[in-house]
Amino acid sequence: MLTIKNLHASIEEDGTEILKGLDLVVKAGEVHAIMGPNGAGKSTLASVLAGKDGYEVTEGEVDFDGVNLLELEVDERAKEGLFLAFQYPVEIPGVSNINFLRSALGEIHEYQKKDNLSAKEFLAKVREASKLVELDNKLASRAVNVGFSGGEKKRNEIFQMAMLEPKLAILDETDSGLDIDALRVVSDGVNKLRSENNAIIVITHYQRLLEYIQPDFVHVLSDGKIVKTGSKELALELEEKGYDWINEEIA
Amino acid sequence: MLYLKNYVASGIKQASIYGLIVFILNFKFSKMSSYTEEELAKDLEGQEYKYGFVSDFQSETIPKGLNEDVVRQISAMKGEPEWMTEIRLKAFRNWQTMVEPEWAHLTYKKPDFQAISYYSAPKQTKKYESWDDVDPEMKETMRKLGISMEEQKRLTGTAVDFVVDSVSVATSFKDKLLELGIIFCPISEAIRDYPELVKKYIGTVVPATDNFYAALNSAVFTDGSFCYIPKGVRCPMELSTYFRINEGGTGQFERTLVIADEGSYVSYLEGCTAPQRDENQLHAAVVELIALDDAEIKYSTVQNWYPGNKEGVGGVFNFVTKRGLCEKGAKISWTQVETGSAITWKYPSCILKGDNSIGEFYSVAVTNGYQQADTGTKMIHLGKNTRSTIIAKGISAGNSQNCYRGLVQINDRADNARNRTECDSLLLSSTSGAHTFPYIECKNKSAHIEHEATTSKISEEQMFYVKQRGLDDEKAISLIVNGYAKEVLNRMPMEFAVEAQKLLEISLENSVG
Repeated sequence: MLTIKNLHASIEEDGTEILKGLDLVVKAGEVHAIMGPNGAGKSTLASVLAGKDGYEVTEGEVDFDGVNLLELEVDERAKEGLFLAFQYPVEIPGVSNINFLRSALGEIHEYQKKDNLSAKEFLAKVREASKLVELDNKLASRAVNVGFSGGEKKRNEIFQMAMLEPKLAILDETDSGLDIDALRVVSDGVNKLRSENNAIIVITHYQRLLEYIQPDFVHVLSDGKIVKTGSKELALELEEKGYDWINEEIA
Repeated sequence: MLYLKNYVASGIKQASIYGLIVFILNFKFSKMSSYTEEELAKDLEGQEYKYGFVSDFQSETIPKGLNEDVVRQISAMKGEPEWMTEIRLKAFRNWQTMVEPEWAHLTYKKPDFQAISYYSAPKQTKKYESWDDVDPEMKETMRKLGISMEEQKRLTGTAVDFVVDSVSVATSFKDKLLELGIIFCPISEAIRDYPELVKKYIGTVVPATDNFYAALNSAVFTDGSFCYIPKGVRCPMELSTYFRINEGGTGQFERTLVIADEGSYVSYLEGCTAPQRDENQLHAAVVELIALDDAEIKYSTVQNWYPGNKEGVGGVFNFVTKRGLCEKGAKISWTQVETGSAITWKYPSCILKGDNSIGEFYSVAVTNGYQQADTGTKMIHLGKNTRSTIIAKGISAGNSQNCYRGLVQINDRADNARNRTECDSLLLSSTSGAHTFPYIECKNKSAHIEHEATTSKISEEQMFYVKQRGLDDEKAISLIVNGYAKEVLNRMPMEFAVEAQKLLEISLENSVG
């Protein structure tokens, strides 16, 4: 589904290279965890894949189901089925969650040449999706992320993911700022959304999240490259030994 | 639900305002929050100025120029009584001594008042007995405007007074309203049929000496709407007027007079469009509202006059004087969404004369291209315990200039007066301007006045977030802007809120980058 080859990316403003030849292959039905120390380039990877301004791809390719992802606008990537759950979800005052999602879903369906949902179908979907992450119905009709607690914001991201049904979801530190109960709710939600047809990349610092969302692969990102790939046991080993262990091992 | 859904489908196919009106009403029933920006967007694909068609019904236009004879001629053509002719002539003589104001933050070539034709009426051979008699071409105009009467009658229960250029052509629901004692008719008819009411109130809130444009209007106004709600009556439907400038090189000078007698209530809607034309068209209206003791008037406007082309050529000059008078315990609420006109000069105001009266002003003003808007309000507190609220949202894009100008005046006898003003500007381009001129005059120590103002831009984070969910640049901006203006849009009656959102979308097209 996603093939990243030798990806190099720098910060546009000062030319600092963050990703230094990253390779990754993600197939449908798989869950990949990307772990690594602060500053390794985890969030940059998420931003570059989603097409955020401020980064320049200097080398490499990203193929997303036969489409050259790097050539697409941010919204086109989303319409192709790429979803980013934000580490810091953004507030949109005055725009209700429901209206926001109805617009988004309408755009995506139009692009994918699917029939748009009727109001009734849409509302049924809203109910189902909000149940999935135990999101209060009131939050669904409140302005996007405005006045939401940290936990509610993260749940809202997964709620949106459930509504938009992406092919590939990138969860950028979705566990940060969550207490243990909220973590379980969010993870349960993600697990229920797993299927043979979609794939998930989980970006996290901690092994904790991976106890709930069990990955098929764990990658260690360090200094802009994937330096080690393993099964979920690798995460436990990392937790125990720390990232320095990896660096030493590479050295 | 099924019944309603059918209408939704057919309405949207026609891409008419109607479809959306129906749509939103549906949602009211099904408790869905509202219709979505996405439907809106679909409806607006590839739009230029939507109302830019010129209708081809025959018009009677009097020669250009203005003098006492022209004023008399207008009065005669309208079959007016002597007292009205006198009011006009007095206003005209007054106007001749006045100079056009220059204090507004606006730059434009002053209109040549002798190059304008002051009367243009669709030619009609006889008076319409029924709707079937109305000129098909005119019906077509209404259909294009999305306010076909049949539909309107059937679906929305809104009574419409439709003014093309200078003559009011059809009024619906009149009989039904008359049963309640409500008078809703063209003002020319009111002058003939209800002279006592008109004579008693016209010019009492906006005197002919008030300002240059009000004086001009008082001299040459050709039609407009008149509305009277008797004591204690709650008007059961929204009353609405649709104004449209059709003839090139004409000015539209409409006059609206709304009187809400003691303890009554009325919600009044006003919509404005003009076809695309190269020369600037002048529009100088006067609206007077009178809310007697404990009455309430809610006055909503969607103004969408032609703003000129991308280079800033053409467009409507909109110089409007709108003012309401509140007696004891009365309330007047102005809500406006201003997206059109090359020049907007407009300050819907409230004179809070009676104790415990309330004035409100909610406004969204959008400027794009080379549009200029100088708009705001005046809240004049005269009575005790009077309260006023001002919420003004300016949105500037392109090379436009958007200016809020507001006066809060607390007079010496207005004990315990309160005002809250919130004044926000949103800048969408680096070449547009947002300006705020708040005036506060306070002569009473017990007053509470709050003023809050913000200027902001849409953040890159917001744009990235919204686009990441699948909305392109323009749709993302439109969504965020609609959210920004929500507080005001929510005050609009349902039917108008939809239209207002659509207009925001249209006027912000090509504002990206």
